[in-house]
Amino acid sequence: MSAVIEEHHDDHHHGPDKGILRWVFTTNHKDIGTLYLWFSFLMFLTGGCMAMVIRAELFQPGLQIVQPEFFNQMTTMHGLIMVFGAVMPAFVGLANWLVPMMIGAPDMALPRMNNYSFWILPFAFSMMLSSLFMEGGAPNFGWTFYAPLSTEYAPPSVTFFIFAVHLMGISSIMGSINVVVTILNLRAPGMRLMQMPLFVWTWLITAYLLIAVMPVLAGVVTMMLMDIHFGTAFFSAGGGGDPVLFQHVFWFFGHPEVYIMILPAFGVVSAIIPTFARKRLFGYDSMVYATASIAFLSFIVWAHHMFTVGIPIAGELYFMYATMLIAVPTGVKVFNWVATMWRGSMSFETPMLFAIAFVILFTIGGFSGLMLAIVPADFQYHDTYFVVAHFHYVLVPGSVFSIMAAAYYWLPKWTGNMYDESLGKTHFWLSFIGVNVTFFPQHFVGLAGMPRRIPDYALQFADYNMISSMGAFLFGFSQLLFLFIVIKCIRGGKKATSQVWEGAHGLEWTIPSPAPYHTFSTPPEDLREAHG
Amino acid sequence: MQTAQNRKTITKLIGVVIGMFAFGFALVPLYDVFCEITGANGKTAGQYVSSSGDAVDQNREITIQFLTNNNAGMPWEFRPTVRTLKVHPGELNSTEFFARNISGKTMTAQAVPSVTPFYAAEYLHKTECFCFEQQQLARGEGLDMPLRFIIDANIPAEIKTLTLSYTLFDITGEVEETLALRP
Amino acid sequence: MYRAKQCKWLMTLSALLFSSLFFSNLALAGWSDVNMTQGVTEISREVYDLHMFMFAVCVLIGIVVFGVMIVSMLLHRKSLGAQPANFHEHTGLEIFWTIVPIVILVVLAIPATSTLRAMYDAGDSDIDIEVRGFQWKWQYTYLNDNPGEEVKFISALKTPQEEIHNQANKREHYLLDVDNPLVIPINKRIRFLITSNDVIHAFWVPAFAVKKDAIPGFVHESWAVVEEPGIYRGQCAELCGKDHGFMPIVVRAVPQDEYDTWLAEKQEEARQVYETVGKQWTMAELMETGEQVYNQTCLTCHQANGQGIPPAFPSLVGQGLTVGPIENHIDIVLNGKSGTAMQAFGAQLNPAQIAAVVTYERNTWGNAMGDMVQPSKVNEMIQSGQ
Repeated sequence: MSAVIEEHHDDHHHGPDKGILRWVFTTNHKDIGTLYLWFSFLMFLTGGCMAMVIRAELFQPGLQIVQPEFFNQMTTMHGLIMVFGAVMPAFVGLANWLVPMMIGAPDMALPRMNNYSFWILPFAFSMMLSSLFMEGGAPNFGWTFYAPLSTEYAPPSVTFFIFAVHLMGISSIMGSINVVVTILNLRAPGMRLMQMPLFVWTWLITAYLLIAVMPVLAGVVTMMLMDIHFGTAFFSAGGGGDPVLFQHVFWFFGHPEVYIMILPAFGVVSAIIPTFARKRLFGYDSMVYATASIAFLSFIVWAHHMFTVGIPIAGELYFMYATMLIAVPTGVKVFNWVATMWRGSMSFETPMLFAIAFVILFTIGGFSGLMLAIVPADFQYHDTYFVVAHFHYVLVPGSVFSIMAAAYYWLPKWTGNMYDESLGKTHFWLSFIGVNVTFFPQHFVGLAGMPRRIPDYALQFADYNMISSMGAFLFGFSQLLFLFIVIKCIRGGKKATSQVWEGAHGLEWTIPSPAPYHTFSTPPEDLREAHG
Repeated sequence: MQTAQNRKTITKLIGVVIGMFAFGFALVPLYDVFCEITGANGKTAGQYVSSSGDAVDQNREITIQFLTNNNAGMPWEFRPTVRTLKVHPGELNSTEFFARNISGKTMTAQAVPSVTPFYAAEYLHKTECFCFEQQQLARGEGLDMPLRFIIDANIPAEIKTLTLSYTLFDITGEVEETLALRP
Repeated sequence: MYRAKQCKWLMTLSALLFSSLFFSNLALAGWSDVNMTQGVTEISREVYDLHMFMFAVCVLIGIVVFGVMIVSMLLHRKSLGAQPANFHEHTGLEIFWTIVPIVILVVLAIPATSTLRAMYDAGDSDIDIEVRGFQWKWQYTYLNDNPGEEVKFISALKTPQEEIHNQANKREHYLLDVDNPLVIPINKRIRFLITSNDVIHAFWVPAFAVKKDAIPGFVHESWAVVEEPGIYRGQCAELCGKDHGFMPIVVRAVPQDEYDTWLAEKQEEARQVYETVGKQWTMAELMETGEQVYNQTCLTCHQANGQGIPPAFPSLVGQGLTVGPIENHIDIVLNGKSGTAMQAFGAQLNPAQIAAVVTYERNTWGNAMGDMVQPSKVNEMIQSGQ
């Protein structure tokens, strides 16, 4: 309740500037969080359009809508935009909005840098998207850009792609440094680390992961750049290099990257389930340790993405065992969520629906992940639609659902208005059905032998591809409903209370809704509410 | 006070960033060392200096099979003079590969060796190999290129056939470039 | 009242769960369209069993976890007046659900390890075949101590462009049919030595549980002993550029005597091709062979109408090479053009094929150069290195 005072102290704190310049020059964590979230939604729609092109082409066997060259550009850009443009910025946006409010800090520790790290992104993605209009087309070598397809055989636009990746990397690193410094140094006096909400914990660990692996990504694209333009041969066997080295370095970045996209989702779900179960999170300590062990393990399992490149058997076994081990902390998390729900007093508002769908569908993605870890079976699964189904299950009903759950959960806090609950539920059910209809049949076609990244396929895969495409259209168009709900909520609606949800706990629920432009200028004293 | 603390944290984190960027590049030599020790990618080691202590195991015979490949855009004729040799571990063997530049211009090539099964790579010792150097041939010129090697007497018993493949890469364009960071 | 209603719900739900499980089992047994193939090698069957075992374990865990969740969602609702309990940790329980998954993982790891060991077994093989990935076709070489008896051929997609572009009905094995399948005898250990000419490809035959990346400059091996005669189809499994989806693998496994006959034929064919280089060809013969070669080799890039897809794949109609000096034309087809996608076809096509395709390109789509080239001339150019 302490923060209610803020509104009456306008002489100390000026409110937002007016007009467009407010957004360009803002250093306010809430403004920047909003910018990140809108940007990521825009990218989500852009990448989504590309997914629609892909699914439209795959609706039937034969080439109908696009040619193979363009199809490859679509799969590549879809992956890059969804990973780097939609999911990651969305989580950074949530961190910007929520971390200071959750730890009782007035703002992020480095507000000016916060502004820079956001405004780099539009430039990075304009550069990347502009490659679609260049001679030779956009990058067409898959989001994993394996050499030599991405070096000796790449379209000229690869150079722009490399610079775009550099910019995104710089943005992510700056954003992560900001998060770490904020969490370590700006917590309300008396708040211990083990008292922080799990969302803050998961983001702290995610930020460390980002700081550790984004430079490796920068390194690998720099090596590509040198191979393409400066005559080095890091990845060309002819000059003494090795194309497989590319995959090792890439996946040393790539696997932690996968967890970068899911750990904050764990944090979100760990905030939402207790609220709507009206019961404290089960096993807070083990949640923190499980997150940390997942992060640690993510550094030592990278080669499970490349079991078929010809690794000696000792290596295959090691990477198989290490990968299987990840199932243990992940299992602990799932069991904790289930135990939180058990004997709670649950209600099923939209955020809770998304969170429960997250737990179930992410677990299904985890099962297929476990299957993929088994090397002999992976030889059959590798680079088929089974893999596509697997990572979409952990990324779409995983990361993306958690982001939507977060949006519904905190929208009343951000806007001061309740969203339209029945529309929200409609959006949930359309998305839930859409996602499953899209991705579940992909398990089948993958097992039956359909490789990924192909623009056309054999006749026996036709039925399930058609179903999958229909699901994709349903899921894709339902997101316009989401946009409508958000805009409607911003423009008005039932006024939200400070606590918003009956069972919500945490410092962000002690301040009024909408959250004032400046919060916690004086640190909160009562920390009993801190961890949910 | 908080600013000082922030600065300290930032400095440390930037240190990590720089360190990890360097680590990305360090993976390149690390990977080479790792492969050389374990033969992880079937790459063979450099020139082997034979010690007189190499005992010949007359009781075992290993088939060594030679493959040749041209990488994309490499027009040379390139083949082993024999497809297979049966050899005793420990003994010094020699064979030849033939290359002819059938293109209309002088070209330079680099042969890249690869062994399968890859863990056999560490038991193949080459005392002389055309792959240690770049080969330059004028148009129409042909050349017999020697390979001398010893199969290590400690080669695991289950390996009965060892395949040594050479892929010929056209490096005419790169030869003039002195920028190459890696030898 | 509540209780009774919930019990009914629960029973319906569990009935649904079990029946769906039962039917899905039936389905999995019958429909190869939705499940991994059992394949035709000992290894592929082991892999299939491993896959089904893991699937069953996952389903069981799923039933337990989701079951608890669903029960909780049905019973512990605020709308039913449920009061929240107060517990939020339980060390014993937490240790329990850390240990149990570890035990399950060990149980999974044991068969996986033994299957992997079997796959990596480097035994002696009966037949060694070099498999080479090209953008976008495969080349198979049956290694032989006598170079003159070595059979070597390109295997490319046979599905006509009209079917792909929906101008003709798609027939059976659409996209999974090749002009020259790989032929192997059954019950023999075949070793595949897998490599690539350009980018990374992956050689995948699901029925053999063989998938290995083909990496330029490196050779990897894999093996199979096929137990049943039949035709087995696979595809390239690593993104390799434009026509990644159009480079299938077809393996015909036949009894030993049939294989011997086939091999002898192939060896004879190879000799004949070599002899044809010597004879004088007529324009009609060159055009006929040239069209075949073009459709097989050049069409994916330069297109059926010769217009290509500029700038990557230039047009051959009325401009440049095809209407310039014939020596240059032959040279580019033989030696490729560095820095472009144009390969050196001297390594893939014989002199007769090169002569034919050059002649064809100069005299079709309105190109009317009227000239032709004999295979002997091409051979001469190869020999003299021009």
